[in-house]
Amino acid sequence: MIYIKLFLVFFKIGLFSIGGGLATIPFLQEIVWKYGWITSQDLLDMIAISESTPGPIGINTATFVGYKTAGALGGIIATIGIVTPSLIIITIIAHYFGKINEKPIVQAGFYGLRPAVIGLIGAAAFEVAKVSLFNIDAFLKTHSISTLFNIKAIVLFGIILYLMKKYKRHPIIYLIGAAIVGIIFKY
Amino acid sequence: MRELLELFIVFARIGGFTFGGGYAMLPIIQEEVVEKRGWATEEEVIDYYAIGQCTPGIIAVNTATFIGYKLRGIVGAIFATLGMVFPSVVIITIIATFFTHFQDYKVVQHAFGGIRVAVVALILNAIVKMWDKSVKDYIGVLIFVISFVIVAFMHISPIVVIVASAIAGIIIQGRRAGIK
Repeated sequence: MIYIKLFLVFFKIGLFSIGGGLATIPFLQEIVWKYGWITSQDLLDMIAISESTPGPIGINTATFVGYKTAGALGGIIATIGIVTPSLIIITIIAHYFGKINEKPIVQAGFYGLRPAVIGLIGAAAFEVAKVSLFNIDAFLKTHSISTLFNIKAIVLFGIILYLMKKYKRHPIIYLIGAAIVGIIFKY
Repeated sequence: MRELLELFIVFARIGGFTFGGGYAMLPIIQEEVVEKRGWATEEEVIDYYAIGQCTPGIIAVNTATFIGYKLRGIVGAIFATLGMVFPSVVIITIIATFFTHFQDYKVVQHAFGGIRVAVVALILNAIVKMWDKSVKDYIGVLIFVISFVIVAFMHISPIVVIVASAIAGIIIQGRRAGIK
């Protein structure tokens, strides 16, 4: 039955993809080759759409493949499949975490971990900045500094930083505001 | 029951406004979970991210599950996780049903052009807020710089960074304890 198969395939993806949504892509490619539920072109489109809609990319692609394969219920089942391993594994870890997190060795580990996580978050911001604030690709072609900066984006960036410092509103306000500015001024 | 419903709604709001990977949701987690409700501290959220990064599954979901479990046990974990994925399921189902080339619409591209700029600003702001609690001394600054550079420029897996930095922390703190 297709629903059980969908659940199992996405359960496997949830179990073996470590480190974020893009880690699921090789497994999705396997779906193209092995099961033929979707084509390579479908997969490319799905990744593009998943990146242009809210929600974690890994979840968006799971819902999408499930939907294409077996309709709305398929989308729900694929999504439940991909999160079930997380639910089990994290629940076990969270259960023991409360008991061991005060131990000196664990605290020492987190002393090294926390700045590293901040570095990872910084790297994630840098990835987004590369395609929004800067035009790295154009710069590499022309080697002209004037093409490196996306002036329109940097102006908006400065305005948002200023407003955040001054008003400290909910992040959602800035996201919606930036989307509206993006549409009006064709970002 | 009311708290479970709140867990679901808060994580649905977080899922509905996460643009990009799990790290993009950090500013909203800070606002909703840490500052407004006190469900977790800044340090705990960072610790959950570290664990979520090197365990199977999607980081955003792992973090939601962790916070849900902390508040209300297994049922809390399930409600937070379902909340996190709910907007994706609804939005993607609608798009898959009605739009064949959603990402090609000019209005979508322009909106995302603006959103990406806001995402960079929001993440930077989140980092500034977390800095004091995560980076305690010059060794912390060094670990931050190294992990940023090797992930941003050398494209080494974040899992390697997480494992190596934890080992480094244990060795450095162990030596300090030995000296004392």
